[in-house]
Amino acid sequence: MDDLYREQIIDRYKNPRMRGKLDPHDYSYEDDNPLCGDHVRIDLRVDGEGRVSEAAFSGEGCAISQASADLLMESVVGKPLEEVKGYGKEALLEMLGIELGPVRMKCALLSLKVLKAGVYGLEHLEEELAAI
Amino acid sequence: MTSSQLRSLDIPAIRSEFPVLEREVHPGVKLVYLDSAASSQKPRSVLAAMLNLYEQHYANVHRGIHRLAEEATEAFEAARAKVAGFIGASSPREIVFTKNTTEAINLVAHSWGRANLKAGDSILLTEMEHHSNIVPWLMLAKEIGFEIHYVSFGPDYQLDQQQYRRLLETRPKLVGFTMMSNVLGTITPVAEMTAAAHAAGAVVLVDGAQAVPHLQLNVAQLGVDFLAFSAHKMCGPSGIGALYGRRELLERMPPFLGGGEMIKRVRLDSFEPNEVPHKFEAGTPPIAEAVGFGAAVDFLTELGMPAVMEHERMMVTRAVEQLEEVPGVSVYGPAPEHKGGVAAFTFETAHAHDVAQLLDREGIAVRAGHHCAMPLHEKLGLPATTRASFYLYNTPEEIDRLIEGLYKVREVFA
Repeated sequence: MDDLYREQIIDRYKNPRMRGKLDPHDYSYEDDNPLCGDHVRIDLRVDGEGRVSEAAFSGEGCAISQASADLLMESVVGKPLEEVKGYGKEALLEMLGIELGPVRMKCALLSLKVLKAGVYGLEHLEEELAAI
Repeated sequence: MTSSQLRSLDIPAIRSEFPVLEREVHPGVKLVYLDSAASSQKPRSVLAAMLNLYEQHYANVHRGIHRLAEEATEAFEAARAKVAGFIGASSPREIVFTKNTTEAINLVAHSWGRANLKAGDSILLTEMEHHSNIVPWLMLAKEIGFEIHYVSFGPDYQLDQQQYRRLLETRPKLVGFTMMSNVLGTITPVAEMTAAAHAAGAVVLVDGAQAVPHLQLNVAQLGVDFLAFSAHKMCGPSGIGALYGRRELLERMPPFLGGGEMIKRVRLDSFEPNEVPHKFEAGTPPIAEAVGFGAAVDFLTELGMPAVMEHERMMVTRAVEQLEEVPGVSVYGPAPEHKGGVAAFTFETAHAHDVAQLLDREGIAVRAGHHCAMPLHEKLGLPATTRASFYLYNTPEEIDRLIEGLYKVREVFA
C-alpha cells in the first residue's frame, strides 16, 4: 500500500473525529490552498486558564489536508494556548506519520497555517509563517 | 483535405518522435502522459531546430549586420510566417510574439483596453474562461471603472446563446471568450458569436490556448479580431506564444512594453514606435523558442490538423465511455461530438488531488485542481476535478491504463 494513503489517513478522512463548527468560539480562522482547492476552517474555545477546551475543523479537500486537520484538532484539546502557539511543522508531520513531497506538503500544512493564523491573529501571520 | 482523403495518424511512428514517452516514471512503470492540455510534450524535430539555431545560427535579431545576425533574423521571421500561415492570418505582421497566451491577453487589455475603454463602458466575458481571460480585465476594470458581464453556460455545458444576444444589446466594447474550455472541453461557436458581436459593434478577443493546438482554424474565416495562443501546448517550447491581431487594429494600438526593438526613433523627451508587430515586441525576443514554435507548426502541418482532430475525438469519446462505467465517477462536459480532447471528472469519495497522486503511482500523469478556472468550478459546485487530456501521441491502451488506475484508487478509498 502507498505510504501516503496508509490506513490512518484514509480512516481520518472518511471518519473524522473533530469535524464541525463551534459557535460561539474564541478563535476562528479559515484559509485555502489554491493548488488543490483545499479549504480548512478551525474553531477553538479556550477556558479560563488559557487551555483549549474544544476544537473543531470544517472544510473540504484532499485526504491529506483533511486528515491533517482532524489530527491537529484532536491534539490541541486540553493544551494551553501558549503551547499551541509553539506548534511546528515537525510535530504535525510526526502525527501524520508519512513522508511528503513539496507539493503535498502544502496540503498537510494548511491546517497548521490556519491554526496559527487564528491563534496569533493576522498581524503576526507573516513572521509566524516564515518560521513554519 | 476533405474527410474522404483523411488519413489516420500513425501513432507508433509519432510516439517514436517523443523520447519522453519511452520513460519509466517509477521503476518498471512507464509514463502515460494525459496532461497535454496543461502542456504538451515536444517532438525531436522541435528540439533539433532549437539546438541547430544555437549551434549554427545564433545571434540577436533585427540588430546586427553580420552573417549570423542575418541568419538568426531570417529564422525568427520565417517562424512568424509559419505561425501566421497555420492560423490563416493574411500577413506575418499580424502575429505578435509574446511569452504565452496570458501575456497576449494582457497585451490586448493594456494596449487596446486602455486606449478604448472608459468608465461606464462594459465588456463581455464568459463563465467558462481561464483565469488568464478574467484577471487582466478585472485589474483594468478596477483602474478604469468599466463593467464586466459574463455569459453563462447551461446544463449542456454550452454557452447560453440567448443570454449572449441579450447581453450584446447592452453594446459592450469587447467580447472575450475561449474557443475551447480547458476544463469542459466545450468548443464554442466562434464564427457565429463573432458575427453577432461585430453587428453589435464589439471587438472580439478569442482565447485559443486550447483550440489552436487541436483544431483546424482560420482567423479570416472566423472573423475574430484577436486570437491568443501558446506554443507549449502545441508541441512547441515554453516561453513563447502569439497574439494574432487584425492589422488595422494593431496599427491603431499604442505600444505595450517599452524598450529596444519596439522603437523607430528615440529622443530624450519622446519616441516614435516601430512598425507592427515589432512595436509590441520590446527587448530581445525568445529567438530559439520562436524557431521551435515554427518547427512545431511544421510538425502539426505535416500530420494534418484534420487527422489530429479525428484522433482526439476518437480518444475522448472512448475515454468518456469508459470513465462513465467506473462506479463513482462523474464526467463533466458536453457530449464528445461537441468537445475537444479533455475529460474532467470527479470520483465520489476521493478528492481530485488524491486521485491524481494515486494515478501517479501507476505512471499516469493527469491534472487535479481547479485548472485555473475557479469561477467555473464554483458554478458546478465542485472544489476540484481531475482532468485527463489527450493529444496526438496518446493511445487507447493508455485509456485502459487510466481506467485500471481508477479501480486501484477505488480500492484505497473503499
